[in-house]
Amino acid sequence: MEKTLTINGKKVSFDKEKNLLEVIRKANIELPTFCYHSELSTYGACRLCLVNVEKRGLVPACSTPAEDGMVVVTNSNEIRELRKIIVELLLANHDRECTSCHKSEHCQLQTLARRLGIQSVRYKKIVKDTPKDFSTPSIVRDPNKCVLCGDCVRFCEEIQTVGAIDFSFRGSHATVSPSFGKSLASSECIYCGQCTRVCPTGALTIKSDVTRVWNALGNKDKKVIVAIAPAVRAAIGEAFGIAKESGTEAAGKMVTALKAMGFFKVFDVSFTADLTIVEEANEFVERFTKGEKLPQFTSCCPAWIKFTEQYYPDMIKNLSSCMSPQGMFGSLAKEMLPKMYGIKREDLVVVSVMPCTAKKFEATRPELSKDGIPDTDIVLTTQELARMIEESGLSFANLEQSAFDMPLGFKTGGGVIFGNSGGVAEAVLRNVLSKENSNDMDEFAFIRGEEGIREANLKVGDKDLRLAVVYGLGNARKVIKQIKNKEKEYDLIEVMACPGGCIGGAGQPVYDKLEVRNKRTKCLYENDSVLELHKPQDNPYVQQVYKEILGAVGGEKAHEILHTFHTNRRRITEKPFLIQAATDANCVKVNVCFGTGCMLRGSQKILKSILDFVESKKIADKVEVKASFCFERCSRGPVVSVGTTVIEQATPEKVTKEIEKNLK
Amino acid sequence: MENQGKFDKVCQILDENGRDKARLIPILQAVQEVYNYLPEEILTFIASALDISPARVYGVATFFAHFTLKAKGKHIIKVCDGTACHVKRSTTIIDAIRAKLNLTAAENTTKDMLFTLETVSCLGACGLAPAMVIDNEVYGQVTPEKVTKIIDDMIKQEEK
Repeated sequence: MEKTLTINGKKVSFDKEKNLLEVIRKANIELPTFCYHSELSTYGACRLCLVNVEKRGLVPACSTPAEDGMVVVTNSNEIRELRKIIVELLLANHDRECTSCHKSEHCQLQTLARRLGIQSVRYKKIVKDTPKDFSTPSIVRDPNKCVLCGDCVRFCEEIQTVGAIDFSFRGSHATVSPSFGKSLASSECIYCGQCTRVCPTGALTIKSDVTRVWNALGNKDKKVIVAIAPAVRAAIGEAFGIAKESGTEAAGKMVTALKAMGFFKVFDVSFTADLTIVEEANEFVERFTKGEKLPQFTSCCPAWIKFTEQYYPDMIKNLSSCMSPQGMFGSLAKEMLPKMYGIKREDLVVVSVMPCTAKKFEATRPELSKDGIPDTDIVLTTQELARMIEESGLSFANLEQSAFDMPLGFKTGGGVIFGNSGGVAEAVLRNVLSKENSNDMDEFAFIRGEEGIREANLKVGDKDLRLAVVYGLGNARKVIKQIKNKEKEYDLIEVMACPGGCIGGAGQPVYDKLEVRNKRTKCLYENDSVLELHKPQDNPYVQQVYKEILGAVGGEKAHEILHTFHTNRRRITEKPFLIQAATDANCVKVNVCFGTGCMLRGSQKILKSILDFVESKKIADKVEVKASFCFERCSRGPVVSVGTTVIEQATPEKVTKEIEKNLK
Repeated sequence: MENQGKFDKVCQILDENGRDKARLIPILQAVQEVYNYLPEEILTFIASALDISPARVYGVATFFAHFTLKAKGKHIIKVCDGTACHVKRSTTIIDAIRAKLNLTAAENTTKDMLFTLETVSCLGACGLAPAMVIDNEVYGQVTPEKVTKIIDDMIKQEEK
């Protein structure tokens, strides 16, 4: 039987909507909210979605299930006044420097204040002057603008399972911060930036590199080139109200805009995405044939890489050693372009435009630099590029289209679909399994989809190729757990941190409705379909680059320029803590790792045996014992250091023997 | 050996609670019993042992007034500032103790780690207002002069 309820006197039918709020919104009534995101758990903190339900009074619509026969009023003088009070209270202790705020015009607090007709704040202004956190290359945290809706906290915990930030303290002292009030850079933050997307105010924003780019463009000694990531073209139109247009058009307009702004050349990261596929697929075929280091994880997503380095050091070997397309672009550009243009390496400035905040962090990785010069100098997000276009006064909607520069501007559809979840996997399949002369772009379309975990099983000769496509790091954690428990087996796994893949990246124009993401996805697939070629290996310029610079696919030179390495990353930066102090100045210093990996492998037992040994030999004054968090050798734990010797897979015998040796 | 004993105890507390993240609060309570406060590195250790983020543990530890992240002194002075004590001028008691021990609202532990001054909302001894508890001993109807003397006596006791 059809279920109905009455909203403002109108009958509305409903079925499986999660809550009353969803039903009301379906009826085209925009109830205001701060803390409600359909992707996240319901929190019910902001109280803005209060509605009057007959016989119940005022209830928050987000945490009230819809019931048959309910009579709901969403708009009355009482409700409007209450909402006004809530927003005014939030404004009273909010840093209201709107004009210079990064979220200005996208701020929900600003929008709501306008929507609710707030013209003055009746409460006393409380000025908090907490310092901003500029510690990371990707995200800026300004606690003075936080409204404590907890969207960031829940995204980080529920979708990414990182939990780098959380509420601390209580009442009027409550704040959102990393552990112990430290900087974000010293936390486990993976820089996916989704907190900046869901933050309704300017409390979490993307760190802007716009000024650095203008400065580089204004420097006559530098040649500044730029490369645009696949996903950017599908979304930048949204910033200029032309979202209906297809992605190719936005790419062409972007090229025109970037040229007008003074960039020397405009290239396409889709080119190096093609290159990534050729290298990564080659690496995969090798591993697959030998049955080694499987499953192979893709390595394009910098947030996923940091996540693996922090939480799964034992699976680092499973990551593809390929750089990301951005990494490859920077490395290749700095290798080939200075010669081509007859300039010095240090005078070439490589800018990339990314849908991603973690790419800013990736560009700072020391492995992705040469002689102290980073391969990619500056990373702009889609949002920042849109701002630069605005700053330069260009009317984006009316711009003509221009073509990318060659050679690094030519791509196949395989490189373009990188921006979608499943795109990398699909491009790998096109590379590995497509027949020589086939140009069928829909052959592997079964891997496309909206779910966060998708699987496919293919026959390759007499072998099974088991594939998984994952987005959201919580989903990645699930899959890894299944692999470790031997419930599942895969050969190739594509992982992207952001929902929907790069098109849903935090650097893209802020979106709220999930349809926006689907539209971007569709846009990239359409872009693929209008391109001449679809298989990355067919890209003639990729073939040329191998011939002239890189040599063989997967060869020595290709490795030097296109591959990198990943290492364990210290997740916890705490100092070791003293278990037993020694009085002797020349004491033997023993350090037992108590990181998660080592602890599971028995570091507690080892510590106990060391202390028993020290006591039984009566050498307590000569041996100092500390427990530390991570030696970054988790796969070979438990790890104990004695003096300068580091013992892996330590046993009580090995350690005591080493202590005795050191005492002599 | 004192640190080892404490650390052993922390591991034991974790084991007794089955390393269950739902038992974070009882674990923190027990650990605070051991250390007298919650040291940062121990909180991080607990987070890693329970497989939850350090930010969550920090959040819980800062939420409850019962938990403290700062080392406390040997003797804990709790002055009641509940309604009854407040109208009986408990603030003069607090001021007198602060002046005597050279403390402020932010710095509530003496440098020699002998005393920590806390204000509490109600000790449930309103009939004795203004009331104060040092360690587990209750002092009723105190005056600035009386508290100064009590503290003087305690310091003398310590010096012996």
